[in-house]
Amino acid sequence: MHPGSSRLGGTALTLAYDRRVIAEDLTVAVPDRSFTVIIGPNACGKSTLLRALSRMLRPSTGAVLLDGRDIHEVPARKVARTLGLLPQTSVAPDGISVAELVARGRYPHQGLLRQWSREDERVVEESMAATGVADLADRPVDELSGGQRQRVWIAMALAQQTPLLLLDEPTTYLDIAHQIEILDLCARLHEEQGRTLVAVLHDLNHAARYATHLIAMRDGRVVASGEPASVVTADLVADVFGLPCRVIDDPETGTPLVIPAARRRSAAPAPEPA
Amino acid sequence: MALLGVVLLLSIAVGAKSMPLGDVWSGLLHRDATEYAVVHRMRLPRTLLGLIAGAALGVAGAVMQALTRNPLADPGLLGINAGASAAVATAAAFLGVTAIGGYVWFALLGAAVVTALVYAVGGGRGATPARLALAGAALNATLYSYVSAVMLLDTASLERLRFWTVGSLASADSATVTRVLPFILVGLLVALGAARPLNALALGDDAARALGARPALIRAAVIVAVTLLCGAATAACGPIVFVGLLVPHLVRALTGPDLRWLLPYCAVLAPVLLLGADVLGRVLGRPGELQVGMVTAVLGGPLFLWLVTRGRVAHP
Repeated sequence: MHPGSSRLGGTALTLAYDRRVIAEDLTVAVPDRSFTVIIGPNACGKSTLLRALSRMLRPSTGAVLLDGRDIHEVPARKVARTLGLLPQTSVAPDGISVAELVARGRYPHQGLLRQWSREDERVVEESMAATGVADLADRPVDELSGGQRQRVWIAMALAQQTPLLLLDEPTTYLDIAHQIEILDLCARLHEEQGRTLVAVLHDLNHAARYATHLIAMRDGRVVASGEPASVVTADLVADVFGLPCRVIDDPETGTPLVIPAARRRSAAPAPEPA
Repeated sequence: MALLGVVLLLSIAVGAKSMPLGDVWSGLLHRDATEYAVVHRMRLPRTLLGLIAGAALGVAGAVMQALTRNPLADPGLLGINAGASAAVATAAAFLGVTAIGGYVWFALLGAAVVTALVYAVGGGRGATPARLALAGAALNATLYSYVSAVMLLDTASLERLRFWTVGSLASADSATVTRVLPFILVGLLVALGAARPLNALALGDDAARALGARPALIRAAVIVAVTLLCGAATAACGPIVFVGLLVPHLVRALTGPDLRWLLPYCAVLAPVLLLGADVLGRVLGRPGELQVGMVTAVLGGPLFLWLVTRGRVAHP
């Protein structure tokens, strides 16, 4: 595949919940083997776009294409073997063990006639090893910490063995150390396993550091897309987020680093608290 | 399984006139034995009915708990059995339908209407356990007062349905068993077929769809199964509470949350509980007997409280 190719994208999408239109005439492409991150202010439609790309939401007009076919015309099971999703909210049944939960990722590979196999066993073990939860295999999921639990859910998505993996705000509700841990894990899955990742992230600096391709959205439109170095500029951040800032080089990685402008510099000094 | 075998034998042996196991055996096998009539005309149908009705209620409770992600879901508590009862009472009082062959259809209809209603009122996906249980309790109360009113107005149907409304296996004959058996078998098959998709759905709608499952289809299948199971069981033996609630919780402690294990175990253990309660009712109520619905209610209440206080009520 040449660098410009894309297995997943949407053309002329209108996305709406009931009658509330979130986005109109939206066209996006996820570059193959990229780590694509969608950014934008709250309610810009970034999670909605991810839901459409993962066929959780059917577009009112336009089509999401997976390998050139309308994703809603591909059988559900086939899609589930190509494209995995880590939803924003999932429920772990009480008392389920880590290994059992990860094993449920094998669902689209099984059927009435094709039950649990050696292959399933192997994939589940690999997925737990890749996410560093192998030691927790027999522990109940509800006893784990937030960061551990998120890694278990990612392991479940990995067990689905999909070349494409979509993640809806995978770092929300995690403290900074666990956020970095999850993003490092994503980067490893992208680099070492060659998976195409698409994530919605809130933190611009995380997005700029980890993404190979950024999609910046505002008001249901794509404002800019491309490499982080070309997308994350002071002008764009001001335009998309309405935030005055400076953009410097991240001293660790050389990627763009957004430094919000200090309020005091432009405004009068705040009065001392009484 | 062994437990089920023991209870099956007990259920045939114990009654107003108990017989030793040797007689049970000869009564089962030898047409000329004196016990043949008792065993074949009364005890055997009663035991078979307990077996299939128990399995129906246990499995229905388990799939309802899984579908609603609600540990309090039970065909009795959510009013589904009451819906079937109300439909049967209506049919008996106003339409003159008194044979099982006729009112099994009304029971199914009543169960279907209440299943749909409680699901809609309870808020479908967004339902909290409390909200669903409250919706069920309200429906339950309304429907049972309706059943009582119908029976008071019409003494003839009161006489016919008096035992039936508390839940009883006593009126079982082989016609009843053969009439409801097909419905229960289909219901059980649909429920067992839904076990694997329900496992996926247990992770949340989005996660299930991401795995390639189809939540709407699964819900429809489960509602059909619950309607068949509860409608047929209620038509045959009246509304029986707590079996569908308790058994899945007890079994879950044994098998964990995987429905592919949970459902078959429920199908075996629920009849053990139901027939055990029925046998107990025959022993305690001598020389008459206590209706099994009363026994399960009296035993089930405290048992459930015990489970709750021990923290064993897990979300499915």
